[in-house]
Amino acid sequence: MSDHNYTPSSKFGKWFNDRLPLLTLANHLTDYPTPKNLNYWWTFGGILTFCLITQIITGLVLAMHYIAHADLAFSSVEHIMRDVNYGWLIRYIHANGASMFFLAVYIHIFRSLFYGSYKAPREIIWILGIMIYLLMMAAAFMGYVLPWGQMSFWGATVITNLFSAIPLVGESITTWLWGGYSVDNPTLTRFFTLHYLIPFLILGLVVLHIWALHVPGNNNPVGIDIQKPSKDTVPFHPYIVIKDLFALLLFMIVFAFFVFYSPNILGHADNYIEANPLVTPAHIVPEWYLLPFYAILRSIPDKLLGVVAMLSAIFILAALPWLDTSKVRSAVFRPLYKQFYWILVIDVLILGYVGAMPAEGLYLLIARVATAYYFLHFLLILPILGKIEKTTPLPLSITSPVLGGSADLAMAKNTDVRKEKL
Amino acid sequence: MSDEKKPNRRDFIFTATAAVGAVGAGAAAWPLIDQMNPDASVKALASTEVDVSSLQPGQSVTVLWRGKPVFIKRRTENEINEARNVNISDLKHPEKDEDRAKNPEWLVMLGVCTHLGCVPLGDKGEYGGWFCPCHGSHYDTSGRIRKGPAPTNLEIPNYEFVNSNTIKIG
Repeated sequence: MSDHNYTPSSKFGKWFNDRLPLLTLANHLTDYPTPKNLNYWWTFGGILTFCLITQIITGLVLAMHYIAHADLAFSSVEHIMRDVNYGWLIRYIHANGASMFFLAVYIHIFRSLFYGSYKAPREIIWILGIMIYLLMMAAAFMGYVLPWGQMSFWGATVITNLFSAIPLVGESITTWLWGGYSVDNPTLTRFFTLHYLIPFLILGLVVLHIWALHVPGNNNPVGIDIQKPSKDTVPFHPYIVIKDLFALLLFMIVFAFFVFYSPNILGHADNYIEANPLVTPAHIVPEWYLLPFYAILRSIPDKLLGVVAMLSAIFILAALPWLDTSKVRSAVFRPLYKQFYWILVIDVLILGYVGAMPAEGLYLLIARVATAYYFLHFLLILPILGKIEKTTPLPLSITSPVLGGSADLAMAKNTDVRKEKL
Repeated sequence: MSDEKKPNRRDFIFTATAAVGAVGAGAAAWPLIDQMNPDASVKALASTEVDVSSLQPGQSVTVLWRGKPVFIKRRTENEINEARNVNISDLKHPEKDEDRAKNPEWLVMLGVCTHLGCVPLGDKGEYGGWFCPCHGSHYDTSGRIRKGPAPTNLEIPNYEFVNSNTIKIG
């Protein structure tokens, strides 16, 4: 990296930097060369950082008023909503913030899928990202349990019961997770502890995620390697910083819409009924961001296999860099992959939809087909596609198609030089 | 170090130290893991007594035992006959009603669906027994799984009649 020999201008800065090179780090982050063709789909990394910090700050404040006890949790949440100054605002930001976090992370993940950002040399960034995603799901699930409403209680019961599907030790593991013979006060207190811990684990992984990103540098919409720094790059500050901030502003409008105009639309009315271990709500549904996996769980008629399928659906993503055999990163140059990509997007949306519907009749059939297709995409289509797909020629650099007089990448097709590049 | 070299005294010391260290780490970790298991106060609530004298045939009562609902049902003649006249080989989890309800009039079982732990609804479902609204499991009048994703019959806890009016669960 070019910034290793950075010297601070002030005498104190130099003294300090010789002892702890924080200023070198700051300089690296400002000057960090970024591909100049990054589009708005690349702004979600910054948006996600904002989401994480928002959740941590609002969560800290909520923890000052919340009481993690089965008898008091529900009323302490109502106390936050009615009595605590701006409690309603802070809690609505935190609750909707979780949804916004997942909205942004799904866009971020699907951007990676489209532009092949998970491919060499960025596999570690991708796997760290999947780990962050897993922790996000754990944090979101445990957070949803804390208000101790009906959905909290029964969601916790159903999800912890997934572990009882494990042969032989399943029952003991479930009892251990509960700290009793059912979801009860010990479960609530440990979920609160873990819910408090996980965001900081995520923060640590985010640092590694960004560190791993700064080694090869950003992928870009064209998906080719670039020299950095070069005329293909711009410094992170001010170019990307300003673009990220503008995108963040638009994102915050959506965020604010939910917080101020429909703060409960993403939740379930049942969660405003206090937990009752004797009555299960008629229709248990997880939060929207977990629905596709819930649909996969329910589509398999066997308890153990359903759990295995659901977990595989997540873990299969970690193997993606090796399942996708194509050397070309960006879907822009992969005419077939581009179509399968959009089919996958639709497939996941369908899974999400049927996950919210009762598991019977036509819905069950659709869920089964969509589940089968999900695995087919990763296990069969991607490996084969890399071998047989005829990709369109890549441009020499991200600047060349632009300098050719047209922003249309396809115009670069007629140059022979690029063929040897592939 | 060359590969052909035989393990020497130093290798033995390394291995032995690592082994002792691993055992020590495991021993130190155990209390941290075991603290999450049910504690003494939870275990102390292991049994509960229920007065069932007011139940008429066809009625049932749900009580909380170890944080879980327990169904106590006083069955009608019809329900008993229905449960006893089932061809055992048709069942997903074959169990005789005689083994599940020692006193045929009284069925005592955990009201926890064996699929993912929801509470089934009574007098519902295609077999006149219980129906779980979460993922659609149907149980018969003996609490046996007949249709749906649940793998096993509703569990029978340990219980006994302390006297003709009182059942002790656990």
